[in-house]
Amino acid sequence: MNRIAVEKKVLNENQVLAEQLRERYRQLGLLCVNLISAPGSGKTALLERTLERMDKGTRVAVLTGDLQTENDAQRLAKFGFPVKQITTGGTCHLDAKMIGKHLEGWKLEELDLLIVENVGNLVCPSSYDLGEDAKIVLLSTTEGEDKPLKYPSIFFKSELMLLTKIDLLPYVPFKADVARENARRVHPNMEIIDVSSTTGEGLDRWMQWLAARQAKARAKLQSVGT
Amino acid sequence: MSRTAMHELGIATSILECVQVEAQRHPEGRITKVGVKIGELSGVDRDALQFGFEVLIKDTEWELLVLDLEYVPRMQRCSKCAYEFRMNDFDPQCPLCGDLSTKCISGEELDIAYMEVES
Repeated sequence: MNRIAVEKKVLNENQVLAEQLRERYRQLGLLCVNLISAPGSGKTALLERTLERMDKGTRVAVLTGDLQTENDAQRLAKFGFPVKQITTGGTCHLDAKMIGKHLEGWKLEELDLLIVENVGNLVCPSSYDLGEDAKIVLLSTTEGEDKPLKYPSIFFKSELMLLTKIDLLPYVPFKADVARENARRVHPNMEIIDVSSTTGEGLDRWMQWLAARQAKARAKLQSVGT
Repeated sequence: MSRTAMHELGIATSILECVQVEAQRHPEGRITKVGVKIGELSGVDRDALQFGFEVLIKDTEWELLVLDLEYVPRMQRCSKCAYEFRMNDFDPQCPLCGDLSTKCISGEELDIAYMEVES
């Protein structure tokens, strides 16, 4: 019997494709974010408000993932930006191959921002790198404050947490400070923005966060170019 | 890549694909065991993965392949005194010097570690 060291990621195939996407984005100065949450935390509603606030000339596109239906793409297409639905047909997450396939036909050099809305799930999407610059996790006030402790992987890997449905705080037993504390136990110094897609509260901060990250992606491109 | 609903079954399929690739490199032998590191932060449930893997290889040429899962806890390294410790209950504080600026150094693994080949 002979033991051979392999030292390879289990999801190596996905990782290779994700790195290729990341490199393409980097060369174009394109920012890609991957939105992840449980079903019903408000990813699509947040995207509606986000796209609504963008100037008509903004070079943004959205890939939205679900097991079935084109509903989310229809909701998001109203704002006039390119949107494509990825229906996974049962798979609980998006992977880099699906992203690559659905980017075909889009001219990436004509984009500054690509938003990926992952399948509603806090577990599986955390394992699959999509080549994004940042994972963003959403936690809504109608969930439990202990979700970051129950699903630490995704809170650890996300750069930003959006605490959604903040307008419902007076009506639900959710303790926002406990939720933030739990998130920062798993991920010290994690950035957190409170938002409400219904009242618009916090959306300016979210838009500023996106703009700042886009500026960073562009700055990296320029520093490479010189 | 497989299109399976259960997360761990997809991971199991990826592990088996890695074994099949390695098997082509060792045509003289037979791979009997594959060792995989599962980090605390990997988001993978070991029992579900073990179960998914057994279901996957049942009644195939890989039926006797053993999956050896090694759990890797989340370890932190203190930025001040370089002490390394296992993080318990998400407490980032260095137990040696009390500093809070500690960094995660392991626990995200989802890696093939080794394979055993019988000739």
